[in-house]
Amino acid sequence: MHKIYILWLRQIKRYLRSRSRIVGALAQPMLYLMALGYGFGAVFQQAGQGSYLTFLTPGVIGMTIIFTSMFSGMEVIWDRQFGFLKETLVAPMPRFNVMLGRTLGGATVATIQALIVLVASLFFGFRPTSWPLLLAAIPCMFLVALLFTALGTAVASGLSDMQGFQLIMNFLVMPLFFFSGAIYPLEGLPRALSLVVSINPLTYGVDAFRGLLINSSHYGLATDIAVLCVATFAFLYMGSRMFERIEA
Amino acid sequence: MIQVRNLSKRFNDLTAVNDISFSVPAGEIFAFLGPNGAGKSTTIKILTTLLRPTAGEVLVNDHNVALKPDEVRRSFGIVFQDPSLDSELTAWENMEIHGVLYDLPKKQRRERIEQLLRLVELWDRKDSVVMTFSGGMRRRLEIARGLLHHPRVLFLDEPTLGLDPQTRNQMWNYLRELNRNEGTTVFFSTHYMDEAERIADRIAIIDHGRIVALGTAAELKQQTNGATLEEAFLALTGSTIREETAGAADHMRAFVRSQMRR
Ligand SMILES: Nc1ncnc2c1ncn2[C@@H]1O[C@H](COP(=O)(O)OP(=O)(O)OP(=O)(O)O)[C@@H](O)[C@H]1O
Ligand SMILES: [Mg+2]
Repeated sequence: MHKIYILWLRQIKRYLRSRSRIVGALAQPMLYLMALGYGFGAVFQQAGQGSYLTFLTPGVIGMTIIFTSMFSGMEVIWDRQFGFLKETLVAPMPRFNVMLGRTLGGATVATIQALIVLVASLFFGFRPTSWPLLLAAIPCMFLVALLFTALGTAVASGLSDMQGFQLIMNFLVMPLFFFSGAIYPLEGLPRALSLVVSINPLTYGVDAFRGLLINSSHYGLATDIAVLCVATFAFLYMGSRMFERIEA
Repeated sequence: MIQVRNLSKRFNDLTAVNDISFSVPAGEIFAFLGPNGAGKSTTIKILTTLLRPTAGEVLVNDHNVALKPDEVRRSFGIVFQDPSLDSELTAWENMEIHGVLYDLPKKQRRERIEQLLRLVELWDRKDSVVMTFSGGMRRRLEIARGLLHHPRVLFLDEPTLGLDPQTRNQMWNYLRELNRNEGTTVFFSTHYMDEAERIADRIAIIDHGRIVALGTAAELKQQTNGATLEEAFLALTGSTIREETAGAADHMRAFVRSQMRR
Protein backbone atom coordinates (compact mmCIF):
# COMPACT_ATOMS: atom_id res chain seq x y z
CA MET A 1 0.00 0.00 0.00
CA HIS A 2 2.77 2.37 1.03
CA LYS A 3 4.56 1.54 -2.23
CA ILE A 4 1.54 2.44 -4.33
CA TYR A 5 1.20 5.63 -2.31
CA ILE A 6 4.81 6.70 -2.87
CA LEU A 7 4.44 6.20 -6.64
CA TRP A 8 1.19 8.19 -6.52
CA LEU A 9 2.97 10.93 -4.58
CA ARG A 10 5.74 11.07 -7.16
CA GLN A 11 3.23 11.90 -9.90
CA ILE A 12 1.67 14.61 -7.74
CA LYS A 13 5.04 16.16 -6.91
CA ARG A 14 6.09 16.21 -10.53
CA TYR A 15 2.81 17.88 -11.43
CA LEU A 16 3.05 20.56 -8.75
CA ARG A 17 6.62 21.35 -9.76
CA SER A 18 5.97 21.94 -13.44
CA ARG A 19 4.09 25.22 -13.53
CA SER A 20 4.39 25.42 -17.28
CA ARG A 21 2.57 22.14 -17.63
CA ILE A 22 -0.27 23.30 -15.39
CA VAL A 23 -0.72 26.51 -17.33
CA GLY A 24 -0.29 24.80 -20.70
CA ALA A 25 -2.92 22.20 -19.90
CA LEU A 26 -5.39 24.88 -18.81
CA ALA A 27 -4.95 27.18 -21.79
CA GLN A 28 -6.76 24.93 -24.25
CA PRO A 29 -9.97 24.41 -22.21
CA MET A 30 -10.12 28.13 -21.43
CA LEU A 31 -9.84 28.90 -25.13
CA TYR A 32 -12.69 26.51 -25.93
CA LEU A 33 -14.88 28.00 -23.22
CA MET A 34 -14.30 31.54 -24.42
CA ALA A 35 -14.17 31.14 -28.19
CA LEU A 36 -16.79 28.42 -28.64
CA GLY A 37 -18.84 29.13 -25.52
CA TYR A 38 -19.45 32.73 -26.44
CA GLY A 39 -19.02 32.31 -30.21
CA PHE A 40 -21.76 29.73 -30.75
CA GLY A 41 -23.94 31.13 -27.94
CA ALA A 42 -26.32 33.04 -30.20
CA VAL A 43 -26.85 30.27 -32.78
CA PHE A 44 -27.41 27.68 -30.07
CA GLN A 45 -29.93 29.92 -28.34
CA GLN A 46 -31.81 30.53 -31.61
CA ALA A 47 -32.02 26.78 -32.16
CA GLY A 48 -33.93 26.64 -28.91
CA GLN A 49 -31.23 24.75 -27.00
CA GLY A 50 -30.62 27.26 -24.20
CA SER A 51 -27.20 28.50 -23.13
CA TYR A 52 -24.29 27.01 -25.10
CA LEU A 53 -21.82 27.89 -22.35
CA THR A 54 -23.85 25.84 -19.89
CA PHE A 55 -24.00 22.97 -22.37
CA LEU A 56 -20.33 23.24 -23.28
CA THR A 57 -18.82 23.39 -19.79
CA PRO A 58 -19.25 19.65 -18.96
CA GLY A 59 -17.79 18.89 -22.39
CA VAL A 60 -14.76 21.07 -21.76
CA ILE A 61 -14.29 19.35 -18.42
CA GLY A 62 -14.32 16.05 -20.30
CA MET A 63 -11.76 17.49 -22.70
CA THR A 64 -9.48 18.59 -19.87
CA ILE A 65 -9.67 15.12 -18.38
CA ILE A 66 -8.99 13.17 -21.56
CA PHE A 67 -6.02 15.31 -22.57
CA THR A 68 -4.45 15.45 -19.12
CA SER A 69 -5.00 11.77 -18.35
CA MET A 70 -3.79 10.46 -21.66
CA PHE A 71 -0.74 12.67 -21.28
CA SER A 72 -0.14 11.44 -17.72
CA GLY A 73 -0.55 7.82 -18.74
CA MET A 74 1.86 8.32 -21.57
CA GLU A 75 4.51 9.65 -19.22
CA VAL A 76 5.65 6.03 -19.30
CA ILE A 77 7.43 7.01 -22.52
CA TRP A 78 9.29 9.83 -20.78
CA ASP A 79 10.21 7.64 -17.84
CA ARG A 80 11.56 5.07 -20.23
CA GLN A 81 13.57 7.68 -22.12
CA PHE A 82 15.01 9.23 -18.96
CA GLY A 83 15.53 5.86 -17.33
CA PHE A 84 13.47 6.07 -14.15
CA LEU A 85 11.11 3.41 -15.46
CA LYS A 86 13.83 0.76 -14.91
CA GLU A 87 13.96 1.62 -11.22
CA THR A 88 10.27 0.78 -10.86
CA LEU A 89 10.36 -2.22 -13.18
CA VAL A 90 12.85 -4.11 -11.02
CA ALA A 91 11.28 -3.10 -7.71
CA PRO A 92 10.10 -5.97 -5.49
CA MET A 93 6.39 -5.41 -6.03
CA PRO A 94 3.91 -6.72 -8.58
CA ARG A 95 4.08 -4.70 -11.78
CA PHE A 96 0.34 -4.31 -11.53
CA ASN A 97 0.85 -2.24 -8.37
CA VAL A 98 3.50 -0.13 -10.07
CA MET A 99 1.04 0.55 -12.85
CA LEU A 100 -1.74 1.25 -10.34
CA GLY A 101 0.35 3.79 -8.41
CA ARG A 102 1.24 5.69 -11.57
CA THR A 103 -2.31 5.51 -12.88
CA LEU A 104 -3.92 6.72 -9.67
CA GLY A 105 -1.38 9.58 -9.60
CA GLY A 106 -2.11 10.57 -13.19
CA ALA A 107 -5.86 10.37 -12.58
CA THR A 108 -5.57 12.59 -9.51
CA VAL A 109 -3.66 15.17 -11.51
CA ALA A 110 -6.28 15.13 -14.26
CA THR A 111 -9.08 15.53 -11.70
CA ILE A 112 -7.36 18.55 -10.15
CA GLN A 113 -6.99 20.13 -13.59
CA ALA A 114 -10.67 19.49 -14.30
CA LEU A 115 -11.66 21.10 -11.00
CA ILE A 116 -9.63 24.19 -11.86
CA VAL A 117 -11.47 24.41 -15.18
CA LEU A 118 -14.80 23.94 -13.41
CA VAL A 119 -14.05 26.80 -11.03
CA ALA A 120 -12.91 28.97 -13.93
CA SER A 121 -16.13 28.24 -15.80
CA LEU A 122 -18.07 29.78 -12.91
CA PHE A 123 -16.35 33.06 -13.73
CA PHE A 124 -17.36 32.71 -17.36
CA GLY A 125 -20.99 32.46 -16.24
CA PHE A 126 -21.54 28.73 -15.84
CA ARG A 127 -24.08 27.75 -13.15
CA PRO A 128 -24.64 24.13 -12.06
CA THR A 129 -28.22 23.04 -11.35
CA SER A 130 -27.39 21.90 -7.85
CA TRP A 131 -24.32 22.28 -5.65
CA PRO A 132 -24.60 18.87 -3.93
CA LEU A 133 -24.71 17.18 -7.34
CA LEU A 134 -21.64 19.16 -8.31
CA LEU A 135 -19.83 17.45 -5.43
CA ALA A 136 -21.06 14.09 -6.74
CA ALA A 137 -19.53 14.98 -10.10
CA ILE A 138 -16.03 14.96 -8.57
CA PRO A 139 -15.74 11.17 -8.05
CA CYS A 140 -17.26 10.77 -11.49
CA MET A 141 -14.49 12.96 -12.94
CA PHE A 142 -11.96 10.80 -11.15
CA LEU A 143 -13.48 7.68 -12.71
CA VAL A 144 -13.20 9.13 -16.22
CA ALA A 145 -9.64 10.27 -15.44
CA LEU A 146 -8.72 6.78 -14.27
CA LEU A 147 -10.17 5.31 -17.44
CA PHE A 148 -8.07 7.44 -19.76
CA THR A 149 -4.88 7.33 -17.67
CA ALA A 150 -5.11 3.54 -17.85
CA LEU A 151 -5.64 3.74 -21.61
CA GLY A 152 -2.67 6.11 -21.94
CA THR A 153 -0.48 3.75 -19.92
CA ALA A 154 -1.59 0.77 -21.99
CA VAL A 155 -0.84 2.52 -25.26
CA ALA A 156 2.47 3.99 -24.10
CA SER A 157 3.68 0.65 -22.74
CA GLY A 158 3.65 -0.65 -26.29
CA LEU A 159 5.58 2.31 -27.71
CA SER A 160 9.30 2.78 -27.41
CA ASP A 161 9.92 6.28 -28.66
CA MET A 162 8.68 9.85 -28.46
CA GLN A 163 7.43 9.85 -32.05
CA GLY A 164 4.65 7.51 -31.08
CA PHE A 165 3.33 10.12 -28.70
CA GLN A 166 2.31 12.61 -31.40
CA LEU A 167 0.79 9.81 -33.39
CA ILE A 168 -1.44 8.79 -30.50
CA MET A 169 -2.40 12.38 -29.75
CA ASN A 170 -3.47 12.99 -33.35
CA PHE A 171 -5.01 9.65 -34.22
CA LEU A 172 -6.52 8.57 -30.92
CA VAL A 173 -7.04 11.46 -28.52
CA MET A 174 -8.32 14.05 -31.00
CA PRO A 175 -10.92 11.69 -32.56
CA LEU A 176 -12.00 10.51 -29.11
CA PHE A 177 -12.59 14.13 -28.18
CA PHE A 178 -14.38 15.24 -31.36
CA PHE A 179 -16.56 12.11 -31.59
CA SER A 180 -17.83 12.39 -28.04
CA GLY A 181 -20.62 14.89 -27.84
CA ALA A 182 -18.37 17.15 -25.79
CA ILE A 183 -19.08 20.09 -28.08
CA TYR A 184 -22.41 19.14 -29.70
CA PRO A 185 -25.66 17.52 -28.51
CA LEU A 186 -26.20 13.79 -29.12
CA GLU A 187 -29.78 14.31 -30.34
CA GLY A 188 -30.43 14.25 -34.07
CA LEU A 189 -26.97 13.12 -35.20
CA PRO A 190 -26.56 11.26 -38.51
CA ARG A 191 -26.75 7.49 -37.93
CA ALA A 192 -23.10 6.76 -38.63
CA LEU A 193 -21.86 9.50 -36.37
CA SER A 194 -24.30 8.49 -33.70
CA LEU A 195 -22.93 4.95 -33.81
CA VAL A 196 -19.31 6.08 -33.57
CA VAL A 197 -20.16 8.36 -30.69
CA SER A 198 -21.93 5.58 -28.82
CA ILE A 199 -18.85 3.34 -28.71
CA ASN A 200 -16.64 6.11 -27.35
CA PRO A 201 -16.21 5.96 -23.57
CA LEU A 202 -15.68 9.73 -23.36
CA THR A 203 -19.26 10.17 -24.60
CA TYR A 204 -20.54 8.48 -21.45
CA GLY A 205 -18.17 10.51 -19.29
CA VAL A 206 -19.38 13.82 -20.70
CA ASP A 207 -22.97 12.60 -20.56
CA ALA A 208 -22.57 11.76 -16.87
CA PHE A 209 -21.11 15.21 -16.21
CA ARG A 210 -24.11 16.77 -17.96
CA GLY A 211 -26.44 14.63 -15.86
CA LEU A 212 -24.80 15.76 -12.64
CA LEU A 213 -23.97 19.37 -13.47
CA ILE A 214 -26.85 20.55 -15.67
CA ASN A 215 -29.38 17.77 -15.16
CA SER A 216 -29.57 16.76 -18.80
CA SER A 217 -28.33 13.31 -19.63
CA HIS A 218 -28.86 11.48 -22.92
CA TYR A 219 -28.29 7.88 -21.82
CA GLY A 220 -29.20 8.27 -18.16
CA LEU A 221 -26.76 8.40 -15.28
CA ALA A 222 -27.00 4.70 -14.43
CA THR A 223 -26.03 3.64 -17.96
CA ASP A 224 -23.23 6.19 -18.04
CA ILE A 225 -21.68 5.04 -14.78
CA ALA A 226 -22.04 1.36 -15.69
CA VAL A 227 -20.32 1.85 -19.05
CA LEU A 228 -17.57 3.94 -17.44
CA CYS A 229 -16.90 1.33 -14.77
CA VAL A 230 -16.71 -1.52 -17.25
CA ALA A 231 -14.43 0.47 -19.58
CA THR A 232 -12.18 1.52 -16.69
CA PHE A 233 -11.73 -2.08 -15.55
CA ALA A 234 -11.10 -3.20 -19.10
CA PHE A 235 -8.43 -0.55 -19.68
CA LEU A 236 -6.82 -1.15 -16.29
CA TYR A 237 -6.60 -4.82 -17.16
CA MET A 238 -5.26 -4.09 -20.63
CA GLY A 239 -2.82 -1.53 -19.22
CA SER A 240 -1.48 -3.90 -16.62
CA ARG A 241 -1.00 -6.65 -19.21
CA MET A 242 0.89 -4.24 -21.48
CA PHE A 243 2.87 -2.83 -18.58
CA GLU A 244 3.88 -6.28 -17.37
CA ARG A 245 5.35 -7.04 -20.76
CA ILE A 246 7.63 -3.99 -20.92
CA GLU A 247 11.29 -4.70 -21.51
CA ALA A 248 13.84 -1.99 -20.88
CA MET B 1 23.22 -17.77 -6.03
CA ILE B 2 23.27 -17.25 -9.80
CA GLN B 3 23.01 -20.09 -12.31
CA VAL B 4 23.05 -19.43 -16.03
CA ARG B 5 22.62 -22.32 -18.44
CA ASN B 6 22.91 -21.92 -22.22
CA LEU B 7 21.59 -18.39 -22.17
CA SER B 8 21.08 -16.60 -25.50
CA LYS B 9 19.54 -13.26 -26.32
CA ARG B 10 18.78 -12.09 -29.84
CA PHE B 11 17.60 -8.64 -30.92
CA ASN B 12 16.13 -9.18 -34.37
CA ASP B 13 19.14 -10.51 -36.27
CA LEU B 14 21.75 -9.52 -33.75
CA THR B 15 22.86 -12.12 -31.24
CA ALA B 16 23.92 -10.13 -28.20
CA VAL B 17 24.41 -13.09 -25.89
CA ASN B 18 25.36 -16.41 -27.43
CA ASP B 19 24.85 -19.60 -25.43
CA ILE B 20 26.65 -18.71 -22.22
CA SER B 21 26.74 -20.77 -19.03
CA PHE B 22 28.26 -19.93 -15.67
CA SER B 23 27.36 -19.82 -12.03
CA VAL B 24 28.20 -17.60 -9.11
CA PRO B 25 28.07 -19.07 -5.60
CA ALA B 26 26.60 -17.07 -2.72
CA GLY B 27 29.03 -14.64 -1.12
CA GLU B 28 31.30 -14.34 -4.15
CA ILE B 29 32.44 -11.14 -5.82
CA PHE B 30 32.25 -11.76 -9.54
CA ALA B 31 33.45 -9.47 -12.32
CA PHE B 32 32.37 -9.27 -15.94
CA LEU B 33 35.00 -7.92 -18.32
CA GLY B 34 34.52 -7.43 -22.04
CA PRO B 35 34.90 -4.95 -24.89
CA ASN B 36 32.07 -2.55 -25.76
CA GLY B 37 29.07 -4.36 -27.12
CA ALA B 38 30.22 -7.72 -25.77
CA GLY B 39 26.89 -8.40 -24.11
CA LYS B 40 27.61 -7.50 -20.47
CA SER B 41 24.67 -5.18 -19.96
CA THR B 42 22.34 -7.47 -21.87
CA THR B 43 23.25 -10.36 -19.58
CA ILE B 44 22.78 -8.21 -16.48
CA LYS B 45 19.40 -7.03 -17.75
CA ILE B 46 18.29 -10.62 -18.19
CA LEU B 47 19.53 -11.54 -14.71
CA THR B 48 17.54 -8.61 -13.31
CA THR B 49 14.28 -9.41 -15.18
CA LEU B 50 14.43 -6.34 -17.45
CA LEU B 51 14.84 -8.43 -20.58
CA ARG B 52 13.44 -11.87 -21.31
CA PRO B 53 15.93 -14.52 -22.47
CA THR B 54 15.56 -15.86 -26.02
CA ALA B 55 16.79 -19.27 -24.91
CA GLY B 56 18.32 -20.90 -21.87
CA GLU B 57 17.65 -20.99 -18.18
CA VAL B 58 18.61 -18.39 -15.59
CA LEU B 59 18.20 -18.81 -11.84
CA VAL B 60 18.79 -16.01 -9.35
CA ASN B 61 18.45 -16.96 -5.70
CA ASP B 62 17.00 -20.28 -6.92
CA HIS B 63 14.17 -18.65 -8.86
CA ASN B 64 13.80 -18.69 -12.62
CA VAL B 65 13.93 -15.11 -13.92
CA ALA B 66 11.47 -15.81 -16.72
CA LEU B 67 8.92 -17.72 -14.64
CA LYS B 68 9.15 -16.13 -11.19
CA PRO B 69 10.23 -12.52 -11.78
CA ASP B 70 8.59 -11.25 -8.58
CA GLU B 71 10.57 -13.65 -6.40
CA VAL B 72 13.77 -12.78 -8.23
CA ARG B 73 13.13 -9.06 -7.78
CA ARG B 74 12.94 -9.52 -4.04
CA SER B 75 16.51 -10.82 -3.94
CA PHE B 76 18.64 -8.32 -5.80
CA GLY B 77 19.67 -4.70 -6.02
CA ILE B 78 21.09 -3.02 -9.10
CA VAL B 79 23.07 -0.01 -10.21
CA PHE B 80 22.37 0.46 -13.91
CA GLN B 81 24.87 1.56 -16.53
CA ASP B 82 22.37 4.10 -17.92
CA PRO B 83 20.74 6.85 -15.86
CA SER B 84 17.68 5.79 -13.88
CA LEU B 85 16.98 8.69 -11.52
CA ASP B 86 13.92 10.90 -11.56
CA SER B 87 15.57 14.19 -12.43
CA GLU B 88 12.55 16.26 -11.39
CA LEU B 89 12.81 15.02 -7.81
CA THR B 90 15.47 15.83 -5.22
CA ALA B 91 18.30 13.53 -4.23
CA TRP B 92 16.54 12.80 -0.97
CA GLU B 93 13.23 12.03 -2.66
CA ASN B 94 14.91 9.61 -5.05
CA MET B 95 16.44 7.80 -2.07
CA GLU B 96 13.16 7.84 -0.15
CA ILE B 97 11.19 6.28 -3.00
CA HIS B 98 13.77 3.53 -3.30
CA GLY B 99 13.70 2.89 0.44
CA VAL B 100 9.93 2.57 0.43
CA LEU B 101 9.86 0.34 -2.64
CA TYR B 102 12.36 -1.97 -0.94
CA ASP B 103 10.47 -2.18 2.36
CA LEU B 104 12.99 -0.42 4.58
CA PRO B 105 11.32 0.61 7.86
CA LYS B 106 11.20 4.37 8.33
CA LYS B 107 13.89 4.71 10.99
CA GLN B 108 16.40 2.53 9.19
CA ARG B 109 15.53 4.24 5.92
CA ARG B 110 16.28 7.71 7.29
CA GLU B 111 19.52 6.56 8.91
CA ARG B 112 20.85 4.82 5.84
CA ILE B 113 19.84 7.60 3.49
CA GLU B 114 21.86 10.04 5.58
CA GLN B 115 24.79 7.64 5.92
CA LEU B 116 24.96 6.96 2.18
CA LEU B 117 24.40 10.52 1.03
CA ARG B 118 27.28 11.49 3.32
CA LEU B 119 29.37 8.64 1.92
CA VAL B 120 29.00 9.97 -1.63
CA GLU B 121 29.21 13.56 -0.38
CA LEU B 122 25.78 14.64 -1.48
CA TRP B 123 24.28 15.28 1.94
CA ASP B 124 24.58 19.07 1.49
CA ARG B 125 22.71 18.77 -1.77
CA LYS B 126 20.02 16.39 -0.58
CA ASP B 127 17.23 18.88 -1.26
CA SER B 128 18.42 19.88 -4.71
CA VAL B 129 16.56 18.60 -7.72
CA VAL B 130 18.65 16.03 -9.59
CA MET B 131 18.35 18.06 -12.78
CA THR B 132 20.82 20.53 -11.25
CA PHE B 133 23.49 17.85 -10.63
CA SER B 134 26.64 17.25 -12.65
CA GLY B 135 27.10 13.89 -14.38
CA GLY B 136 29.40 12.61 -11.65
CA MET B 137 27.04 13.71 -8.90
CA ARG B 138 24.19 11.84 -10.56
CA ARG B 139 26.36 8.77 -10.81
CA ARG B 140 27.18 9.03 -7.12
CA LEU B 141 23.50 9.28 -6.27
CA GLU B 142 22.75 6.20 -8.38
CA ILE B 143 25.36 4.30 -6.41
CA ALA B 144 24.11 5.52 -3.04
CA ARG B 145 20.60 4.50 -4.02
CA GLY B 146 21.78 1.06 -5.16
CA LEU B 147 23.41 0.47 -1.77
CA LEU B 148 20.40 1.61 0.24
CA HIS B 149 18.75 -1.74 0.77
CA HIS B 150 20.96 -4.71 1.48
CA PRO B 151 19.93 -7.44 -0.98
CA ARG B 152 21.24 -10.98 -1.32
CA VAL B 153 22.81 -10.15 -4.70
CA LEU B 154 23.95 -6.76 -5.87
CA PHE B 155 24.41 -6.12 -9.60
CA LEU B 156 26.53 -3.16 -10.64
CA ASP B 157 26.86 -2.39 -14.35
CA GLU B 158 30.01 -0.30 -14.80
CA PRO B 159 29.38 1.42 -11.48
CA THR B 160 32.60 3.40 -11.45
CA LEU B 161 32.20 4.89 -14.93
CA GLY B 162 32.80 8.63 -14.62
CA LEU B 163 33.48 8.55 -10.88
CA ASP B 164 36.40 10.29 -9.20
CA PRO B 165 38.96 8.03 -7.43
CA GLN B 166 37.77 9.11 -3.96
CA THR B 167 34.19 7.99 -4.54
CA ARG B 168 35.40 4.87 -6.28
CA ASN B 169 37.39 3.85 -3.21
CA GLN B 170 34.55 4.68 -0.84
CA MET B 171 32.22 2.58 -2.90
CA TRP B 172 34.47 -0.48 -3.06
CA ASN B 173 35.19 -0.29 0.65
CA TYR B 174 31.50 -0.16 1.41
CA LEU B 175 30.82 -3.09 -0.92
CA ARG B 176 33.60 -5.22 0.51
CA GLU B 177 32.28 -4.61 3.98
CA LEU B 178 28.77 -5.52 2.87
CA ASN B 179 30.16 -8.67 1.28
CA ARG B 180 32.09 -9.58 4.42
CA ASN B 181 29.41 -8.74 7.00
CA GLU B 182 26.25 -9.81 5.25
CA GLY B 183 27.58 -12.29 2.73
CA THR B 184 26.18 -10.22 -0.14
CA THR B 185 26.98 -11.64 -3.55
CA VAL B 186 28.38 -8.92 -5.80
CA PHE B 187 28.21 -9.11 -9.59
CA PHE B 188 29.78 -6.19 -11.42
CA SER B 189 30.98 -5.25 -14.89
CA THR B 190 33.85 -2.90 -15.55
CA HIS B 191 36.44 -1.77 -18.07
CA TYR B 192 39.07 -1.18 -15.38
CA MET B 193 41.39 -4.18 -15.16
CA ASP B 194 42.89 -3.14 -11.83
CA GLU B 195 39.43 -2.94 -10.31
CA ALA B 196 38.53 -6.44 -11.43
CA GLU B 197 41.84 -7.83 -10.26
CA ARG B 198 41.77 -6.08 -6.90
CA ILE B 199 38.11 -6.65 -5.98
CA ALA B 200 36.80 -9.77 -7.68
CA ASP B 201 37.20 -13.37 -6.55
CA ARG B 202 36.59 -14.57 -10.08
CA ILE B 203 36.45 -12.86 -13.46
CA ALA B 204 34.56 -13.81 -16.61
CA ILE B 205 35.76 -12.38 -19.91
CA ILE B 206 32.99 -12.03 -22.44
CA ASP B 207 33.40 -11.17 -26.10
CA HIS B 208 30.90 -11.20 -28.96
CA GLY B 209 28.28 -12.60 -26.61
CA ARG B 210 30.39 -15.59 -25.54
CA ILE B 211 32.37 -16.24 -22.39
CA VAL B 212 35.93 -16.73 -23.61
CA ALA B 213 37.54 -17.29 -20.21
CA LEU B 214 36.53 -17.62 -16.59
CA GLY B 215 38.66 -17.88 -13.46
CA THR B 216 40.66 -15.95 -10.88
CA ALA B 217 42.93 -13.18 -12.11
CA ALA B 218 45.92 -15.45 -11.54
CA GLU B 219 44.35 -18.26 -13.55
CA LEU B 220 43.55 -15.96 -16.46
CA LYS B 221 47.10 -14.65 -16.55
CA GLN B 222 48.51 -18.16 -16.40
CA GLN B 223 46.19 -19.37 -19.14
CA THR B 224 47.46 -16.70 -21.55
CA ASN B 225 51.02 -16.34 -20.26
CA GLY B 226 50.26 -12.66 -19.69
CA ALA B 227 52.16 -10.69 -17.08
CA THR B 228 49.15 -8.50 -16.29
CA LEU B 229 45.41 -8.95 -16.46
CA GLU B 230 45.34 -6.40 -19.26
CA GLU B 231 47.67 -8.53 -21.34
CA ALA B 232 45.52 -11.56 -20.65
CA PHE B 233 42.42 -9.58 -21.62
CA LEU B 234 43.92 -8.41 -24.90
CA ALA B 235 45.21 -11.89 -25.69
CA LEU B 236 41.71 -13.28 -25.21
CA THR B 237 39.71 -10.59 -26.98
CA GLY B 238 42.14 -9.33 -29.62
CA SER B 239 43.09 -5.70 -29.94
CA THR B 240 40.64 -4.40 -32.52
CA ILE B 241 38.52 -1.50 -31.34
CA ARG B 242 34.82 -2.23 -30.87
CA GLU B 243 31.82 -0.09 -31.51
CA GLU B 244 31.46 2.61 -28.94
CA THR B 245 29.31 2.38 -25.85
CA ALA B 246 25.99 0.65 -26.28
CA GLY B 247 24.00 3.83 -26.37
CA ALA B 248 21.26 5.03 -28.65
CA ALA B 249 23.65 5.14 -31.59
CA ASP B 250 24.39 1.46 -31.20
CA HIS B 251 20.78 0.50 -31.05
CA MET B 252 20.20 2.57 -34.15
CA ARG B 253 23.02 0.83 -35.93
CA ALA B 254 21.78 -2.58 -34.90
CA PHE B 255 18.33 -1.58 -36.08
CA VAL B 256 19.51 -0.33 -39.44
CA ARG B 257 21.57 -3.46 -39.87
CA SER B 258 18.59 -5.66 -39.14
CA GLN B 259 16.41 -3.70 -41.54
CA MET B 260 18.97 -3.89 -44.34
CA ARG B 261 19.14 -7.65 -44.12
CA ARG B 262 15.46 -8.00 -44.86
N1 LIG C 1 17.51 -3.07 -27.03
C1 LIG C 1 18.40 -3.45 -27.96
N2 LIG C 1 18.01 -3.60 -29.24
C2 LIG C 1 18.90 -4.00 -30.18
N3 LIG C 1 20.20 -4.28 -29.94
C3 LIG C 1 20.63 -4.16 -28.68
C4 LIG C 1 19.77 -3.74 -27.61
N4 LIG C 1 20.49 -3.71 -26.46
C5 LIG C 1 21.74 -4.10 -26.80
N5 LIG C 1 21.84 -4.37 -28.11
C6 LIG C 1 23.06 -4.84 -28.81
O1 LIG C 1 23.54 -5.96 -28.12
C7 LIG C 1 24.95 -5.96 -28.10
C8 LIG C 1 25.44 -6.09 -26.67
O2 LIG C 1 25.14 -4.89 -25.97
P1 LIG C 1 25.45 -4.68 -24.43
O3 LIG C 1 24.79 -3.42 -24.03
O4 LIG C 1 25.09 -5.90 -23.70
O5 LIG C 1 27.02 -4.50 -24.43
P2 LIG C 1 28.01 -4.21 -23.21
O6 LIG C 1 28.90 -5.38 -23.09
O7 LIG C 1 27.25 -3.80 -22.03
O8 LIG C 1 28.86 -2.99 -23.79
P3 LIG C 1 29.38 -1.65 -23.08
O9 LIG C 1 30.72 -1.95 -22.55
O10 LIG C 1 29.47 -0.71 -24.25
O11 LIG C 1 28.38 -1.24 -22.07
C9 LIG C 1 25.40 -4.68 -28.79
O12 LIG C 1 25.77 -4.99 -30.12
C10 LIG C 1 24.15 -3.82 -28.79
O13 LIG C 1 24.12 -2.99 -29.92
MG1 LIG D 1 27.07 -2.15 -20.91
